[in-house]
Parts: sequence; structure tokens; C-alpha cells
Amino acid sequence: MKQIAVLGMPNTGKSTFFNRLTGSHAHIGNWPGITVDLMMAEVKLGDELAEVVDLPGIYDLRGFSADEAVVRCFLEKTPLDLVLIILNTTQIDRQIILPLQVRQLGLPAVVLLNMTDEAKRFGVKVQSDLLAQRLGMPVLPISAKYGVGYQAAIATLTELLQQHHPMVQVEGLEERLLNDQQLAVDLGAILEGAVQMPLRLSDQWTTRLDRFLLHPVLGLPIFFGAMYLIFQVIYALGSPMQAVLGDGLDWFKGNALEPLLSPFPSFLKGFLIDGLYEGIGTVAAFLPVIFLFFLCMAIIEDSGYLARSAFLMDALMERLGLDGRSFVMALMGFGCNVPAILGTRVMRSPGLRMLSMLVIPFSLCSARLNVFMFMTTAMFAANIAPRVIFSLYLLSFAAALLTAALFKGKFPNQEPLALELPPYRFPTIKQMLVRAWCEVKHFWIWSRRFIIVGVVAIWLLNNLPTNVPTASAQTLSGMIGETIQPLFAPLGINPQLTVALFFGFIAKEIVLGGLAVIYGKSEGGDLAGAIAQQIDWVQAYSFMLFTLLYVPCLSTIAVLKSESKSLKFALLSVGWSLGLAWFASFVFYQSARVLGF
Amino acid sequence: MAPIHLADLKPGQTATILVLHIDASLQHRFCALGLRCGQEIHLLRQGWMKGPLHVRVGMTEVMLRRCDAHRIYVTAVGEAA
Repeated sequence: MKQIAVLGMPNTGKSTFFNRLTGSHAHIGNWPGITVDLMMAEVKLGDELAEVVDLPGIYDLRGFSADEAVVRCFLEKTPLDLVLIILNTTQIDRQIILPLQVRQLGLPAVVLLNMTDEAKRFGVKVQSDLLAQRLGMPVLPISAKYGVGYQAAIATLTELLQQHHPMVQVEGLEERLLNDQQLAVDLGAILEGAVQMPLRLSDQWTTRLDRFLLHPVLGLPIFFGAMYLIFQVIYALGSPMQAVLGDGLDWFKGNALEPLLSPFPSFLKGFLIDGLYEGIGTVAAFLPVIFLFFLCMAIIEDSGYLARSAFLMDALMERLGLDGRSFVMALMGFGCNVPAILGTRVMRSPGLRMLSMLVIPFSLCSARLNVFMFMTTAMFAANIAPRVIFSLYLLSFAAALLTAALFKGKFPNQEPLALELPPYRFPTIKQMLVRAWCEVKHFWIWSRRFIIVGVVAIWLLNNLPTNVPTASAQTLSGMIGETIQPLFAPLGINPQLTVALFFGFIAKEIVLGGLAVIYGKSEGGDLAGAIAQQIDWVQAYSFMLFTLLYVPCLSTIAVLKSESKSLKFALLSVGWSLGLAWFASFVFYQSARVLGF
Repeated sequence: MAPIHLADLKPGQTATILVLHIDASLQHRFCALGLRCGQEIHLLRQGWMKGPLHVRVGMTEVMLRRCDAHRIYVTAVGEAA
């Protein structure tokens, strides 16, 4: 099989081209010695089958960032038939260094001048024939977004592959790269007369929009307004979709699974339906929200607004060891932590990503809000309840700030923040859908095993031994609850609530259901009454504080692990949040009691 | 005459980059983004609360942090027409 690698700088439409070339059949490939996920796909070009790899976007083959090291490592270890270099035509004056570097390495290459539509608009003129002659490699203008020139490019690729040149593997890459001086000389010689640039960027639209969107006073309110709107869209559309999906799964359970499994013993039936099937349902419930989230993320990122948000929030976030993009993700976490953590992929510096992922789980997500709504309604007067909820939001911010401040030294962000602010663009519907679909697929593949195992394990704990009522004091979870009760008693959390926290480990969505099972009441008025009789508001607030701060859910842990590729990191996040939750509840409960409440 | 940093420019001013006193890693990145010696640089705006700078070099607009801008020396304002 032929091997092709796609190379290019960030913001050149490299991924758009890759998606167009491969359909959405791309999957994650593993290469020895390379820790970063690379997307790859098999593509038929003429009668040749080719494996196409999308390399991370890099600025310079000599660069020191993690991505640049990955690309060097890849080129040294993998024999290639062809390198496709994607350039943004409007920035050809500086991006031409990539083909120059690739030529120096002796790799067979094709240059694709992308965004020809934008280049025309900005008045950039390129004589691709002359450029091809000087570079010694084919140079083809395309528009990956609209498909212009795409057929001609494919034909050229196919023709080149059919010539069956031997594969090339780069040896001694570091020594062969050009130094700055040579590069500057070559760059001038190549461009002279072949490329005509306007004196300066004349994108009136971008200049005008930036005047508003990056305005010193208006910029931030507009940013928060936009985030609020997106948040509303995701949950206004996502919640009904989630409900429909949930109803569908329930219907299938009631009408197919239960009748089908009725001859089996009740333990096995319970295990399969309430353990395994519900486990799959828990994962599936996240899919609509993740899809919508990435649809919105595609708009924010591809339009160029994500880089602008980094500009707006950077002053504040720099002091916390983060940058503006971390802030956007933490805000998104207030809907659901899972897509927010997946969203940190836009950051390329590992330290920055890790710190952001450590902060996001403290965002008060919609599942936790459900628990708090129930508890505050049960325990507080109608006029106090909203203030209680608001205080929990404030504490959620405080926990995130504290975490960033404490851990910023442990996750240093070496990558300097020099972000390109690309001209505003609007992504096509297809671009957005493909992106969202790929992310949903990725989430499903990575997290289902972990979550299902977790759900099944907790179900077993709640149902073993088999001869006692579910989640009662005699079950394993009840016993664990009793055993760790000495730890929770100083927080004012009784054995029943301790077991509920155990349920909450899977997902905060099932805390209320768990309480209903434990108290043997329906989730409606009875349960609220039963809890209100048993505990006072100080205990209730302590319980909510713990719920706010400890591990959000198994799905979050699953993505933390899969995204960081480190069990240690996932455990750090779990350990830190449990510790913080315990400490905060302890301090609150004991001081409230000392003060006489 | 005392050297001028990029960070000393006011929004709307243009200057030419003289020297970049930065380590090799940042040098490569800036160079790839078009921030090279001899290039004309235009300061578009500064971020709120001593935030980052928004500059334009050639066809590219870039944001960079103030601490890094302090290490980029430029010609006196107006010398670059």
C-alpha cells in the first residue's frame, strides 16, 4: 500500500482537505514512538490503495513544540511515497518555508495552494507553473472548502503514485534542515516574480468586525453574550434530543428486552438490564449533546472567533497559567464536562491542556444542577433557594481558580502564546457536520468500555449479596457506606446520603434515583419530605458542596483518561477533587455548627 | 537613542523589526509567523488589563503576549514609511 502524509501549518484548511479526501472514514492510527493521535484513512487513488495520514499542523520542521517533534519523528520512522503540503495561498510569502524544508529532505512532494477563493479576494496572485518549476514539485491551486481544483489535484496525485518511485525515509533529519540564512535566501529567490502580494492585508470585513468584537469595552460583553447563546442552543436542543433518546431506550427495554429476558433468573435479568443496558444508555445519553457541542465548536473555531476569545481573556488567564481558550472550555463545562474536556484538543501544549482538564470538572454541569434544584427546593424557603444555587455557582468558580493557582507550577505551559488571528470565515454546513460526527464517534469508541464497566461494577455493589434489598445497608455498597461513615460523619453526611454519593460516582443524573431507591420513596414529594425530616439545612448544604466538588461522573473520568493518555493524571484529578470536596464540606459543616446553626 | 520595544508602540503605529532577543524556540515560531528582522510590523490593538498585543505583519495577524513583545526591538516610530 502507498503511504501519503499531509503536512501544513495551522489554519491552512489542512483538516478540511483531509476530510474531503478521505470522506469521514478516518480513524485513529498508532505509530511506534509517537504519543499523539494521528488521523489516518485508506483512500483509493486510481487503482492504487493509499494510506493517508494527517500530521499535526506545524509552523517549522525545526520547531521545538510537541507537534513539531511528532512530525520529525514520523518522517524519520515512516517511509513515504508522497508528502502533500497544504499552504494558505494568502500567506504563501511565509508558508513557502515548509515546501523548501521538505525539498531539502529529499521527500517527493506536491504543494496544494489552498484557499484560492480568499487569495483572489485579497489580491494575492500566484503563478503556480513558475513556482512548480522553481520548487521542482507540482504546485496546484485548490479550495478545500468549496472543492475547486480538487479533481485536478487528485488526478496529479494518482499519476505520481502510478510512477512507482521508491519510498523515501528521511535519515539524519536534523542535520539536513536549512539554517535561517539559507532559508531566507531561498525564500526570496523562489517567490521573486512568481508571487504578487498586496502591500497589506485588505480584508475590510475582518477589520470592521474586529473593531466591535475586540473592542476594549464591548469585546467581553459580546463574548459572554455569544457564549451564553451557544450554551442555550446546545441545551435547548440537546435536552429534548436526550429525552427522546432516553424514551427510545426505555421503550426498547420495556417492549423488547424485558419480555425477552423474563425467563431468566432475576439476578441475571437485573444485571443485564439495570447494569449493562443502563450503562450503555448512560453513554448514549451524552451523544446528542456532544454532537451539538462540536457543531458549535466548529463554528467558533473555524470562523476564527476562538483565537479572538483567547485574545480577550488572555490577560486574566495568563495569571492562572491558562489561556483564553481554557476559559471557553471551562464555560462550556457548565453544560456538560465531557465535551468540554474533549474540546481542549484545540490546545496543543500538553501542560496547558492538562491544567485545563484539571479545572473543567469543577464547572457546575447541568446534571449537578438537577440535584441542587431538588435539594434546595426540599430544604430551603422559596426566596432563599435561588441564592443557595447562586452560591454554589460562585464556589464552582472559586474551586476552578484555586485548582489552577495550585497546579500551574506542576503543568508548566512551555508553548509561547503566539496565535494567528485568521480572517473571519464561515464554515460550510458539511464541514461542521463531518467534524461533529467524527467527534461523536471518537467519544463513543473511547469511553463506552470504561463507563459500562463502571456502571456494572456499581450495580453489583448495590445488588450483592442477592438476598437483601437493593442498595440497603446489607449490600456491599451499604457496607462500604457504613465503613466509610466515620469519614463522612464529620461532614454531617448520614449513611443514606453516603450511599447516594456512591451512586453519584457513575453520574450525577442518578443521584436522585439512587436516593429514591435508598429511601424507598418515589422521586416526587415523598422523597423530599423524607429527606427534609431527617437532615437540616447545614447537612444538606454540606452534601451539596460535596456533590459539587467531587468527581463529576464516570464519563468525565473516562475522557480525562483517554485524552491525557495517563491513568496517573485521571487519578490525580479524582484524588484532588475528592480531597477538596471533603475539606470544603468539613470546613463548612464544622464552622456552621460552631457558629450555632 | 534608546531602543524601542514592540510593546512601546501605540495602537495604529507601524515600525520595522530590528532584533528579536528571544530564545531559539520562540524565534522559529515567530519567524514562521512572519515576524522576522526587517519586516514591517503594525500594532492594531492592545488587550484589556495589559493583555496581549494584536499585530499585523504582511498578510498575517498575530496575537502575542506583552512579555514576549518586550524582547522585540523595533525602529523608532515613523522611520518605516
